Amino acid sequence: MIPSGFTYHKATTLEAAFALSQELGDEAKYMSGGHSLLPMMKLRFATPEHIIDISKIAGLSYIKEDNGMLKIGALTTQAELEHSELCKEKYPIFGDATKLIADPSVRNVGTIGGNIAHGDAANDHPALMLAMNAIIIAEGPDGKREIPITEFFHGFYMTALEPSEILVEIQIPAAKTGSGGAYHKIERKVGDYATAGVAVYLELDDNGICTKAGVALTNLSAVPLKLTRAEEILVGNTITEALMDQVAEIASEDCEPESDLRGSEAYKRAVTKTITKQMLQRALERAQ
Amino acid sequence: MFKCKTSPEVGGMGHSVKRKEDARFLHGKGNYVDDVKLPGMLTMVMVRSPYAYAKIKSINKEKALAIPGVLAVITGEDLAQYNLHWMPTLLSDSQMVLPTDTVMHQSQEVAAVIATDRYIAVDGAEAVEVDYEVMDPIVDPFTALNDDAPLLRPDKEGQKDNHIYHWERGDRAKTDEVIAKADVVVKERIYLPRIHVASIETCGCVAAYDKDTQKLTVYLTTQAPHAIRTVVALVAGHVGLSEEKIRVISPDIGGGFGGKVPVYPAYVVAIAASFLIGKPVKWIEDRSENLVNGFARDYHMDCELAATKEGKIQAFKVKTLADHGYTDSSANPSKYPTGMFSICTGSYDYEHAFAELDAVYTNKAPGGVAYRCSFRVTEAVHAIERMVDKLAAEIGKDPAELRMENFIKKEQFPYASPLGWSYDSGDYHATLEKAMDMVGYADYKKEQAEKRKEGKLMGIGICTFTEVVGAGPSKDFDILGIAMFDSAEIRVHPTGKALARFGTKSQGQGHETTYAQILAEELGIPYTDIEIDEGDTDTAPYGLGTYASRSTPTAGAAAAIAARKLRDKGKKIAAHLLEVSEEDIEWEVGKYFVKGAPEKSKTIQDVAFAAYTNIPPGMEPGFETTHYYDPPNLTFPNGAYICVVEVDEETGAIDVKRFVAIDDCGNIINPMIVEGQVHGGLTQGIAPAMYEGIEYDTEGNVLNGTLMDYLVPTAVESPHWETGHTITPSPHHPLGAKGVAESPTVGAPPAIANAIIDALAPLGIKHLDIPITPAKVWEAIQAHK
Amino acid sequence: MKHEITVKINGESVTAEVDSRLLLVHFIRENLDLTGTHIGCDTSNCGACTILLDGKSIKSCTYLAVRADGSEITTIEGVAADGTNHPLQQAFHDQHGLHCGFCTPGMIMRSMDLLKNNPNPTEEEIRWGISGNLCRCTGYNNIVKAVQQAADELQKESV
Repeated sequence: MIPSGFTYHKATTLEAAFALSQELGDEAKYMSGGHSLLPMMKLRFATPEHIIDISKIAGLSYIKEDNGMLKIGALTTQAELEHSELCKEKYPIFGDATKLIADPSVRNVGTIGGNIAHGDAANDHPALMLAMNAIIIAEGPDGKREIPITEFFHGFYMTALEPSEILVEIQIPAAKTGSGGAYHKIERKVGDYATAGVAVYLELDDNGICTKAGVALTNLSAVPLKLTRAEEILVGNTITEALMDQVAEIASEDCEPESDLRGSEAYKRAVTKTITKQMLQRALERAQ
Repeated sequence: MFKCKTSPEVGGMGHSVKRKEDARFLHGKGNYVDDVKLPGMLTMVMVRSPYAYAKIKSINKEKALAIPGVLAVITGEDLAQYNLHWMPTLLSDSQMVLPTDTVMHQSQEVAAVIATDRYIAVDGAEAVEVDYEVMDPIVDPFTALNDDAPLLRPDKEGQKDNHIYHWERGDRAKTDEVIAKADVVVKERIYLPRIHVASIETCGCVAAYDKDTQKLTVYLTTQAPHAIRTVVALVAGHVGLSEEKIRVISPDIGGGFGGKVPVYPAYVVAIAASFLIGKPVKWIEDRSENLVNGFARDYHMDCELAATKEGKIQAFKVKTLADHGYTDSSANPSKYPTGMFSICTGSYDYEHAFAELDAVYTNKAPGGVAYRCSFRVTEAVHAIERMVDKLAAEIGKDPAELRMENFIKKEQFPYASPLGWSYDSGDYHATLEKAMDMVGYADYKKEQAEKRKEGKLMGIGICTFTEVVGAGPSKDFDILGIAMFDSAEIRVHPTGKALARFGTKSQGQGHETTYAQILAEELGIPYTDIEIDEGDTDTAPYGLGTYASRSTPTAGAAAAIAARKLRDKGKKIAAHLLEVSEEDIEWEVGKYFVKGAPEKSKTIQDVAFAAYTNIPPGMEPGFETTHYYDPPNLTFPNGAYICVVEVDEETGAIDVKRFVAIDDCGNIINPMIVEGQVHGGLTQGIAPAMYEGIEYDTEGNVLNGTLMDYLVPTAVESPHWETGHTITPSPHHPLGAKGVAESPTVGAPPAIANAIIDALAPLGIKHLDIPITPAKVWEAIQAHK
Repeated sequence: MKHEITVKINGESVTAEVDSRLLLVHFIRENLDLTGTHIGCDTSNCGACTILLDGKSIKSCTYLAVRADGSEITTIEGVAADGTNHPLQQAFHDQHGLHCGFCTPGMIMRSMDLLKNNPNPTEEEIRWGISGNLCRCTGYNNIVKAVQQAADELQKESV
């Protein structure tokens, strides 16, 4: 399998990338790690005439806390997230997710920005972002803007990014005492896309009352799905066994899976319930 | 146990010497087909049908030919001019090389694009415009014989429906009678789905026809280079390809497992293209092309097992529907359209059995190749081993105990099976006992009882299989009429070093090491001094190739006998050198000595030197020989496998906790290699048991034609295998060996299936077809709530 | 469109003209004739094409050659001097970690990266670490043992 012909362009600055994108128009696609786009091009599901390589743009690969936010540069690879000491210590949800994304060699190249900007509900990071209420920083010819994650995913492979915009950074409220997140997916074999994936993020006050909650799903809908009904009943309450069961039940009701090779709709709803409960427990342990 | 006769330096049988072939692979210097690069070489890419069943209204080559670098687009019409558009299959059916009017399965080859490089050829294939008239395909084999089913093969004279053949063996009336009167009869429809061997190297070839010498050289991913040469001569003889002008070279092969036995249409097109253009043409299959062509299995088996209420097995009956796709391209011996399926009576002693099979055409890819198993043995073993477990569950008896009570006893060998085989040897009781000891069977039974009280699902599964490998004998076994013997040629050089050539072809089995060890055992020449060569039809002696675990039973035996022939000649030379009569010479590994005077001796190296320098008067010079070995019987490796699993009732997740495999493959040439073969076969056993299966939709589209969805197990899914051996030598094989590489693929799936179903037994679940996935387990649990 | 790229491959600097869409694996195999890097799938599942790019294992079938401009590439041909073995090569030989040899170069390249980041991995870490490399012959037991042997050897060397 070989991609159809296209012209490759390398941008080493954001400005150069925007200029190329504006010049080349709709037939140009940005490529960062390329592990979502290039496979589609090899299968000839995608046939862009121009590829603008943004992977060599300096300064877009970092994981840092700044001003009460965790900031992740869009070109940070899955492997960098997986092995980040900061993530291991304070944001273990990233370790949960990255070790289940494809395989170590793919993770050496694939980036978090590409994983999110691809707009694929089968990718894992969208659920994490939705659960943690991330802010997407997009930059384009007209400058930078913040996009709340809840407004980012528009449809099947469609996002809020304007044609020449690049996702440059992800911001997440910094971890604090009483916060914790967890992610898991059921996969047919290691490295597979999720049969069902669940991300949970919780913040608790000193009395153990949940003050913030995020629950979001992977590959259980056409567009990455945030479970607001589940989040609402968590907030303001002590997270008891019964409440977790209730949230898990909601997750299995509100997800929108389709029957396919990974299993029937009913099976997916059932395992969604199971992992939602497990992730609530794990997030709660981490928050406590 | 086997005692080594040679020193580790000589490295004969029983030594775990390191492999001689490793260095080139470890350094990236292997030479696989895609590594072959010839001057002026062109690349071929196939255009394939997106539909399962369609008329071809037209093929427009213009846009493709307009691409710079595209040299030719070859269609069925083009081949028809040379009468090369059809070819015979190994079982005398017919298969399209390229179609002239109808496509019969999705991804069937429709045209070939020849270009100066791979990238241009792919663009060319994309640019070929084919106008199809789509028809409703037959996907479900059970509907293929309906009265209103379209006739898929009107091209075949006398073909009135979609039935290909009926086969049966055994006494139907007597078996029915015993079943009718039996205390207990268990029944089940068992399906073994389509799967693909998915060797990591796909198939491919480089065909190079030289118009000046009129010689065709084909580098080919083939497990049987000689047979292919003969097939090419038979198929293309009429255009002037004569067998002496055809050289098939099977270079390093990146895994075969049966998938590299057939002749695929693209090979023929590449050969035709090279013949017409006069330049080398390379074709390398991509993974999707590989996965949707050349399947294994696809047997629907209705089984009945009858027994007394105490559990004494009395009769077995199986009626099978086989989905062969649009042509019967099964890679089986001619007289065995269902391969060795009649081994389905298993390792048990009872008198009555009957097996029948009907094969039908459907709009699916042809195949019927093996998946690392001797012809259809996996299907047979799965049927009997599932049924024995079902019987145990039915009468409430421990499945190990039931097996022990029904096993053929070791003193009963050679054992005439109800369907006509003569099992050579085995000690089934000892083998199962060893497996039970190693896994700790009794303890697991206790643990299971405890877990069941807590409502937890834990299962223990057993499979005690008998394999049948090593075809010939040639009176029964042939491929297209060619007897299934195999060969070895040994040349011992004047300095006592040797070159040996074989009609087989290793695809990872380690022949370059194990054949050298056999010769070291027989001649006493260190294995490091012996070069092994296979795969080039211009240099190797004729043989039928490597598949169905036949290399050690046939070519390995040929090596031993050829070596013994040389030893006989050597004895005469030694007598001459030692100035005694031949009767006074005795042999011990590596040297001849005078009876009663062991200090008077000549080494094999001395004798080899003399064969070229100091020949006894009247003797033919040289120290070389060839032997073609026609085995008197097949060999019957066997084993006892035990699997322990835990199943999560909520999600259906399956955790394989332990897997113990005890194999009896007779005498062992290289324990390290045998153990490695068992490990590999076990992973290819868990694959169809839990992960793999080619899925079709109702339109005949393959739903999982890439490795993203065809789930080849990784190191994470593959358990840590535990292995061991019992040894009952084959009485008729010159080395007492039996062959091993496929036993684990045969034995693992029923052991795993039995374990999972045992775990689910408290819920009332009595059978699940493989692959048993968590999703399937979950559905079964819901259905039994 | 053609692009001039310069890469350092197995220690040697190479400048070449490549088409935009040329995949790195084809550049390595067909332009540079380093055929030890194999192709086993098209979907970055099998890992037969694994190489080191700037010291990290990547799947060269899912990487454009032009993007490798300025990079350092190591293939199986470059892991040890002619006629010698890297500890991983020796361990695969000693432990019978290869049968047909087709996945072996990719397995070794991947394992080099694994051991660099985790010099003393557990069996489970090795299994997860090579989960992007399929082997159809060995059943993985002996590959795991080979990586363990190489880990021990490399740790001895570094002491």
